[in-house]
Amino acid sequence: MALVGTPVPAALKRKRRREALRTLAFLSPWLIGFAVFFAYPLLSTAYFSFMRYDGFSAPTFRGLQNWSYVFTDYPSFWQGLRNTLWLVVVMVALRVAFGLGIGLLITKVKTGAGVFRTLFYLPYLAPPVAATIAFAFLLNPGTGPVNALLGDLGLPTPGWFTDPDWSKPALTMLAMWGIGDLMVIFMAALLDVPKEQYEAAELDGAGPVQKFRFVTIPNISPIVLFAVVTGVIQTMQYYTQAIVAGKVASGVIGGSGQQFEPGYPNGSTWTLPQMVYNLGFQRADYGSACVVALILFVISMAFTSLLLRRKSGLLASED
Amino acid sequence: MTATISLPLTRRDAAVRVARRRAALHWVAVHSLAVAAALFFVLPFVFVFLTSVMTDRQAITADLWPHTWQWDNFVKVWQTDGFLTWWRNTLLYAGLGTVLTVLSSLPVAYALAKFRFRGRNLALMAVISMMMLPPQVIIIPMYLFWAKQLHLTGTLWPLIIPMAFGDAFSIFLLRQFLLTVPKEYIEAARIDGCSEFRTLLKVVVPMAKPAIAAVALFQFFYCWNDYFGPQIYASDNQGAWTLSYGLASFKASHHTNWNLTMAATLLVMAPVIVLFFFAQKAFIEGVTLTGVKG
Repeated sequence: MALVGTPVPAALKRKRRREALRTLAFLSPWLIGFAVFFAYPLLSTAYFSFMRYDGFSAPTFRGLQNWSYVFTDYPSFWQGLRNTLWLVVVMVALRVAFGLGIGLLITKVKTGAGVFRTLFYLPYLAPPVAATIAFAFLLNPGTGPVNALLGDLGLPTPGWFTDPDWSKPALTMLAMWGIGDLMVIFMAALLDVPKEQYEAAELDGAGPVQKFRFVTIPNISPIVLFAVVTGVIQTMQYYTQAIVAGKVASGVIGGSGQQFEPGYPNGSTWTLPQMVYNLGFQRADYGSACVVALILFVISMAFTSLLLRRKSGLLASED
Repeated sequence: MTATISLPLTRRDAAVRVARRRAALHWVAVHSLAVAAALFFVLPFVFVFLTSVMTDRQAITADLWPHTWQWDNFVKVWQTDGFLTWWRNTLLYAGLGTVLTVLSSLPVAYALAKFRFRGRNLALMAVISMMMLPPQVIIIPMYLFWAKQLHLTGTLWPLIIPMAFGDAFSIFLLRQFLLTVPKEYIEAARIDGCSEFRTLLKVVVPMAKPAIAAVALFQFFYCWNDYFGPQIYASDNQGAWTLSYGLASFKASHHTNWNLTMAATLLVMAPVIVLFFFAQKAFIEGVTLTGVKG
């Protein structure tokens, strides 16, 4: 800023302009993408949330009626919101805890660590549709191996994906099966904890629990926070597994999904993102669909803003 | 073992023995836990496989082990109407999508990591916001755009074309990696008179190969696994379905037992898992890179 007021030499000016053009050229694919596939549709979603539009006749202004429809008359809005919150709380918490546990376990394994790591990681790669169908088979109450096993042990055999009380726990189990991503992230974080700190703690007479509490946790807490926040954002979008589990378990898998009872069984797997699909593409009520989309947007961005704080390191750069 | 040889134990020996026994117990505890966890992760695959080779009759029972091994279940699935088309569509979507994503995201990531310009932090925040945006938020206007303006619904192009304009997650991951490329290499290339584009191509790309491989894999898997996209844009046209989307309708449309459904499930999982074994290292490095590195 010391240069303010002094004339900028023409050569420097030219150089700066060239650099600006170069930056623009490198950024151009994304700048177009940002405008066409992010900014425009976001504004458009906000616009349509105030309009009545069925995709055929011209949109007409509706004021806040779409909003009041979604909040008061759309039959399953509150149930879907409750389900989404249930998943956000229970699924994310269990996934983070389990991922940390598995990450911890893999750092302790001495023999065959590579094999164990690969085996633990593999389910994460299973395509969600395939994994969900596999679990719908494993947990099917009639002939599924899990209930057969539970029955042999004299334990209760729940209906899993066919029982409203058990469908979300079943989905949670499916999510915990695919823990590979969190395992790898936590493993890296755990191996990054300075060894000297453990040694110092040992000299002070700390046991394993105290070492975990006073050395491990403080060192990895940024990664735990990162896992929780991204987990919440992902779970807000929870869609494919819920829909596929419902379809397979209900036995109705129509191609276009028209006859399928959404949220089967009994609306227990009904989530916010499914409402956008249901309102927009099954009821042709684009306006109300956009209301739900905006709600989803606000919640997701609130959590994203946590990632954008300096401390979390996502914005860190070299200079 | 005779008493004549054994010497009285010193306290040191006793301490060593206790420590050794504790280490052995620890080893046993850790490895038993690991085996238990491995069962949890692997058994689902095993049961799916065992059922996939059962006869139709046996697949409706609660049997766990096949009486006879019906390998031709896989042939039957392969020959199902549409299955081959879904394969082709999936390969097109995933293959082309991956190539476009890498080509369009790399220069953006490079600029965000290595150029200094006003608004860089803002641009990065926008990338992260795009990365975190649930696809359902913008799906209504996007669908109307592709259906009413470009008349491309019923195909996979609405999913492929946007990948030519940068993918937020890929940009972010590449940028995280490019931050670690030492400035000196780039400056040396500049001094040698390389244009920025040549520097990117000749200096940065060879160094960023692991990150590029990770991004390519992630994107390939993303396309392979995508259910929502094909459901929105291609559900009305069976000829444009992908494997993930087709698989979800497999069981009902064939009214068959679990055996063929499980065989189809395995056929959809297999390529992803084979690919993983070929590129395990790049993949795991990529996952680590997505975590925060301050």
